Amino acid sequence: MSDVTAGAPGAARGQSLLAGSARTRARRAREWRMKAYGIAAIAISLATLFFMLATIVIDGAPAFRQATISFPVTVEAAIVDKAGTRDPAAMGKVTTIGYKRLLSQGFIAALEARGIDREGITDKDLTAMISDDAAARLRDRVLADPALVGQTIEVTAYATGRIDGYLKGRVTRESAARDSNVTPAQLDLADRLMAAGMLSLRFNWGFLTGPDASDLRPEAAGLGVAIIGSLYMMVLVAIFTVPVGVAASIYLEEFAPKNRLTDLIEVNISNLAAVPSIVFGILGLAIFINFMGLPQSSSLVGALVISLMTLPTIIIATRAAIRAVPPSIRDAAMGIGASKMQVVFHHVLPLAMPGIMTGTILGLASALGETAPLLLIGMVAFVTNFPAGPLEGGVMDPATALPVQVYSWASRSDPAFIERSSGAIIVLLVFLVIMNVAAILLRRRFERRW
Amino acid sequence: MNDMRLVERDVEQVTGKIEARGVQVHYGEKHALKDVDVTILDRTVTAFIGPSGCGKSTFLRCLNRMNDTVASARVEGRITLDGQDIHDPRIDPVQLRAKVGMVFQKPNPFPKSIHDNVAYGPRIHGLARGKAELDAIVETSLRKAALWDEVKDRLDAPGTGLSGGQQQRLCIARAIATSPEVLLMDEPCSALDPIATAQVEELIDELRAQFSVVIVTHSMQQAARVSQKTAFFHLGSLVEYGETGQIFTNPRDPRTEAYITGRIG
Amino acid sequence: MSVLLTLCLLAVLAVAGFVLCRARALAVVGGDARRLHSLPGYYGWHGAIMAAGPALLFLVLWQIGQPLVIEERLGGYFPQAMIADEAAETLILADVRRIAAGLEAAIASGAMTAEEVAGLDVAAGSLRDRLAATGVALGAEVAPETLEAAQAYRAMAHWGAVMRSLLVMGLALAGLAHAIRVTGPDFRARNRVERVMLALLMLASTIAILTTVGIVLSMLSESIRFFGFYPVTDFFFGLTWSPNFSGNSQLGLLPLLWGTLYISAISMLVAVPVGMFAAIYLAEFADARVRAVVKPLIEVIAGIPTVVFGLFALVTVGPLLRDWIAMPMGLGNSGSSVMTAGIVIGILNVPFISSLVDDIINAVPQSLRDGSLGLGATKAETVAQVVLPAALPGIVGAVLMAASRAIGETMIVTMGAGAAAQLNLNPFEAMTTITVKIVSQLTGDTEFNSPETLVAFALGISLFVITLCLNIFALWIVRKYREQYE
Repeated sequence: MSDVTAGAPGAARGQSLLAGSARTRARRAREWRMKAYGIAAIAISLATLFFMLATIVIDGAPAFRQATISFPVTVEAAIVDKAGTRDPAAMGKVTTIGYKRLLSQGFIAALEARGIDREGITDKDLTAMISDDAAARLRDRVLADPALVGQTIEVTAYATGRIDGYLKGRVTRESAARDSNVTPAQLDLADRLMAAGMLSLRFNWGFLTGPDASDLRPEAAGLGVAIIGSLYMMVLVAIFTVPVGVAASIYLEEFAPKNRLTDLIEVNISNLAAVPSIVFGILGLAIFINFMGLPQSSSLVGALVISLMTLPTIIIATRAAIRAVPPSIRDAAMGIGASKMQVVFHHVLPLAMPGIMTGTILGLASALGETAPLLLIGMVAFVTNFPAGPLEGGVMDPATALPVQVYSWASRSDPAFIERSSGAIIVLLVFLVIMNVAAILLRRRFERRW
Repeated sequence: MNDMRLVERDVEQVTGKIEARGVQVHYGEKHALKDVDVTILDRTVTAFIGPSGCGKSTFLRCLNRMNDTVASARVEGRITLDGQDIHDPRIDPVQLRAKVGMVFQKPNPFPKSIHDNVAYGPRIHGLARGKAELDAIVETSLRKAALWDEVKDRLDAPGTGLSGGQQQRLCIARAIATSPEVLLMDEPCSALDPIATAQVEELIDELRAQFSVVIVTHSMQQAARVSQKTAFFHLGSLVEYGETGQIFTNPRDPRTEAYITGRIG
Repeated sequence: MSVLLTLCLLAVLAVAGFVLCRARALAVVGGDARRLHSLPGYYGWHGAIMAAGPALLFLVLWQIGQPLVIEERLGGYFPQAMIADEAAETLILADVRRIAAGLEAAIASGAMTAEEVAGLDVAAGSLRDRLAATGVALGAEVAPETLEAAQAYRAMAHWGAVMRSLLVMGLALAGLAHAIRVTGPDFRARNRVERVMLALLMLASTIAILTTVGIVLSMLSESIRFFGFYPVTDFFFGLTWSPNFSGNSQLGLLPLLWGTLYISAISMLVAVPVGMFAAIYLAEFADARVRAVVKPLIEVIAGIPTVVFGLFALVTVGPLLRDWIAMPMGLGNSGSSVMTAGIVIGILNVPFISSLVDDIINAVPQSLRDGSLGLGATKAETVAQVVLPAALPGIVGAVLMAASRAIGETMIVTMGAGAAAQLNLNPFEAMTTITVKIVSQLTGDTEFNSPETLVAFALGISLFVITLCLNIFALWIVRKYREQYE
């Protein structure tokens, strides 16, 4: 019975290949399904990515334009310079309340001069259409140039967040009827102001250069401090991580003996790369702020924390770049009597440099978007003063960072801040795109195939 | 008990199993195979010999359309199996490969048990109704591959734990478990030691009773030992094809002679 | 002499060391550099290192040691009762330092002369007012012991600075002299310099260990303090989380752990199938051109900061789920929910899983695929029955790493999951996680002596231990897997 020539059942010898069986069709259908799942998975991820970016661009793009009202204001000496000395120190005693009155007078006069009907809107409500920020700016402008006192100057002031929102379609008459901060009558007036050319949307440099503003003045909130904070941090992170990262990588790749210590370092590096970022925030708070007494909210502490976090990434990238240099180069240099140290610094390191730079830029790019640890070291604080220049110890001054600003604006109640938050993301993403493109170009330019 | 039949077939069997006409293969820019015509007989061992890079493996991979899985490969010409064009759009290469099995250069058992390695083909093709039948197929195949006695007590052990020669015989058992009609072997002994090679060669000779075997080898001695027909490839062309004895003793083409005598290759 | 000035002088000495030793090396052999053991530059570097290195090391040690010594001595100025517990002692010492700094500032600004300061006593008028005039604000009037200690502090700090400068300079000059003395044709300067460089390289590589030690120590010490205030068992097994800064807090870990694990589980339900199928398609089915476009696009997701995903969860995904699923089904009306955070973290983890799985699938030898295809298996059968089982350990490792990322993710849960700590099964309810609570307990004005703040460190170390275990396990699995195919 053990006739070995007996074919297996179900596979008749000589059966035509053209007779495709139901089973084969079912198997092909399964294959098709697996492919379809794969395509669906890719479609889902990419669709989500594009959906997310689209919502952010749509939400955030209006942040770059701002409703502004232009009108002439007479800077009355009776209000801003009672003593008549034109001395900025004396004039500094007048607070923004005085300048607000000037603006109010100027605005009402402008309406009358243009013959724009105010339809029973009270003076208070009229003035409320202009951002509080305008008074502070006018004050700064007059203090900087006391000669303006007594003159009539053209003022371009931000409209309040609600008027701004109306021009951008965020605020409607229905929402205004329920809103205590704006009345439908003010919106009607806004329409007439637009028609008269006094109110318009303009490109908002203040968003990129101004400091943050309080909850009540979303229209004045800017990214200036956050951009400087992020810039300081990135420069410091590069200064801290590149030398240490390269030195550590050289040691581990070229010199480290195979022993317990080396193993311990290796394990630590791979684990640190996977430690949640918030843990680094705790480390920064406990060691740099509480123990070493460095100032809270400062870019220096932020940079230290981010450096420790980024180092493993940079070390991993650098080691890969060093490993990519073929051993034949080392053998050649050793063969003519160079010491190991000379081989590394004269041959291996220069050849690995493009790879190291690419890895470092990518590491910095991911560091730029890091948020959680910065919350713990106080960078989420409300900072309206610009940090000092880098040589005057500005890295010790309180600052915020771009991603943190995104978070703190997102957590405010006024919906106008969601627009700002998305706008801040656009700025952040522009920086990230620039860094990534730089890394790609660098790789293309110096790519070497051994 | 089959010896009588074996001896008869040795000379009588002349049915063309696979006919290749004008086969050309391009890998991207490279013209790997030029205009090959071959008729492969049923129940015969055909050896493809030639220096490395001559296109013999490429041609072998055409016979069960394995080149389809290489993105850059382009195959032209007509290959028929039992008179049917294997490139016919109605033919599923999956079914073709069940009929034309393949054994590779390096033993490549799956990281599964010995039993599951052999049962893999019958399972995917649905050749067994129930476990008992599947076990029977596994046993038959392992017996045919002369491996049964060595592994019957450890069918659940991983296939990767066997020795090199055993692994290759396992791969042969795996290939014959789908009851193919043609068995393609791509240098099946190149990764094996001489003893394992001898075992596999002996096995090939036995397989001839049921299958048409095509073996690619770069060892001329091996071709002489196991095959009845030999094809010599050189630089992508089929130079000479004929009875093995004739090729090795009386080659017609000077290039074949040069290769046989060791002047090229 | 200030530290900065000392550093400048050291730099000058280092440069001098370089120039002198290089010149001397050349002079000894009469300008014939070939007779030197090393290149002349190495002699220069040796000089610079000898001049600045030991002095710098000494300076650092001194800076660390001096405050410790001074604090130790200052303790003697106060009655035992005043410095009975550690917290009080810390506060008093901080006062002493602030007053001393205030006096220093007063002298610097010319408000007081050095003699006046030395002759100050508490009775002589309100020190607080006088210091306030120089811009140093004090919380309370100064106790006589404190002033006395502050004076002593100033004296010791002054003496310390003088000693420090002398010793550092002495050491630098000695080092320089030694370097010049040993410079000669037979001196192996290059080997010396290279040994120092090697030591520096090694030092740099130990930073990874130092960071880990720093993480563990900082969290451990504060956690121990926390467990001094709050029972260990109540923390690890408590079912309620309700911190109350006026006392009587219930700080149970379990509701937070539940929220963390629930959100992570949902995120894995999204990320694992999507990431795996995407990777399988890209690795096994897609042709090279599709792969070249799609793979980088998916990796773009990984390059986007998590705060962006957080805003997406807060503004888009949350309201979408609330209005289209939760409210119609009567499952709640919260935009922040386990589902919101879970889905968004899942999307964030898709590229992580897909690129790891892609690598792992590509590491499966082609011969196995050929073997399967050669038997007449379809690509799908080959993937499902040969490639994936072969890649399984690696895939498990990748999934564990993704889980650890989901557990440690902070911004998305802070913005998308909510702040309510509860043990609930409804995925459309707002729940909270360990990371959210670490952020909320440690931001804003915090006092480092209350259990409500210190609990964040206990949470932190719990999070660290969980993710560390997952990662070590995952790395171990992946490493085993790699060895299998090498």
